[in-house]
Amino acid sequence: MQEVAYTTEIPAGGHWSLRLHRGTSLRITDVDGGANVGMVFFSSENSLERYNAPDTLKGQHTFKLTKGNCLYSDMGRVFASIVEDSLGWHETLCGNSHAEHVTQQWGKRDYQNNQNAWHQNGTDAFLIELSKYGLTRADLPANVNWFNKVQTDANGQMALAEGHSTKDSQVELRFEMDTLVVLHTCPHPLSSAAEYPIGQVQLELGLAEPVAEDDYCKNWCEENKRAFQNNDLYYLGV
Amino acid sequence: MITESPLNTANADFSEVVDAGDYFIYPLNKGETMRILDLEGNQAADTLFFNLHDPSERYSAMDTIREQRNVYLTSGSILRTNLNKPMLEIVADTCGRHDTLGGACATESNTVRYSLEKRCMHACRDSWMLAIAEHPEYGIQKQDIGHNINFFMNVPITEEGGLTFEDGISGAGKYVEFAALLDTCVLISNCPQLNNPCNGYNPTPVEVFIWS
Repeated sequence: MQEVAYTTEIPAGGHWSLRLHRGTSLRITDVDGGANVGMVFFSSENSLERYNAPDTLKGQHTFKLTKGNCLYSDMGRVFASIVEDSLGWHETLCGNSHAEHVTQQWGKRDYQNNQNAWHQNGTDAFLIELSKYGLTRADLPANVNWFNKVQTDANGQMALAEGHSTKDSQVELRFEMDTLVVLHTCPHPLSSAAEYPIGQVQLELGLAEPVAEDDYCKNWCEENKRAFQNNDLYYLGV
Repeated sequence: MITESPLNTANADFSEVVDAGDYFIYPLNKGETMRILDLEGNQAADTLFFNLHDPSERYSAMDTIREQRNVYLTSGSILRTNLNKPMLEIVADTCGRHDTLGGACATESNTVRYSLEKRCMHACRDSWMLAIAEHPEYGIQKQDIGHNINFFMNVPITEEGGLTFEDGISGAGKYVEFAALLDTCVLISNCPQLNNPCNGYNPTPVEVFIWS
């Protein structure tokens, strides 16, 4: 990222959506450790083009997301590249907490008594943001859960890694196309934290450095190179 | 877990052979059972499920995987919707493992995975686009086409967090069978992919049976 143009803190249980242009960067920091940031992407030009986790994983022969990986749309293009990652593993298959997960773990959402400390869940947070754009639950694809890791064994048994993200863990995305970013900071659906998590997440926005010919993410695998070519075709003449 | 079915295809109320490259769309109502038979072995059957009466409620890979704490599907697996509700149960499986992560091929992802110049090779997503165009009566639109199951496909995960496409563990005559817990619509693409071993480089027909 070039200079930081804007910094903000998103409290736990919060949500936001914003359009980021090709050539901008978003840096996400887990301020206190133990955060979860659910995130999905749509083309800001045509919301039918959206983040596709299976294409992202199989295209790069990976199960985890880290520096070097690109977040693919379902149209063969890259929304964003993970240009920096201090943590080394983020997951994209567990989906979001539903109201019943949160109620069972920490008690139901209750604005009357808790006000902004209410127990929001990831699914509802996404539905709220999506509705602002005329999008519905049908438009919610598999999301990224930044700062969380799930590990599998030889039989496919899966568990959330406890204490995976420590204080000040940080990941930076560089946007390769104009993107609608929708995010929440609600708990991971497999979280067994004793209390509803209250840690903050910091977001920094700025312009990205131009993409060099030997860019790490673009060249991380042959597939990423072709995806970048698709982006170049998409922006031909722009 | 390998589990044989007590059902006999001779008594099925419905059956249809689905050629490679074709789609299959059909209702499977609560209480009915469907079997997909891998006729010649190692054929990926990319499958989506919808609530028959409201396709905005659909099979959710994320909710299914998370709630069963396992990335693979076999007998005993409960397929869940995006409302986290049980939708179908796999009641028989002679293959032993089915994939939830690989998704379906598409002409667009083929350009990334193989070559920009392979954009015109047939792919599962195109079959689904034709299905929804030809069958508006199901009310399914592009945004409803989400993350499918790949029956008969084997996609192991490594300890370092990598993903590999292995040779299939399925074989001629293997099948998977599921019972509907609510009224559903089943949408299958019999995968035409020629660029990787998911179909053993030789896409072949599958057969579908329904017992009411």
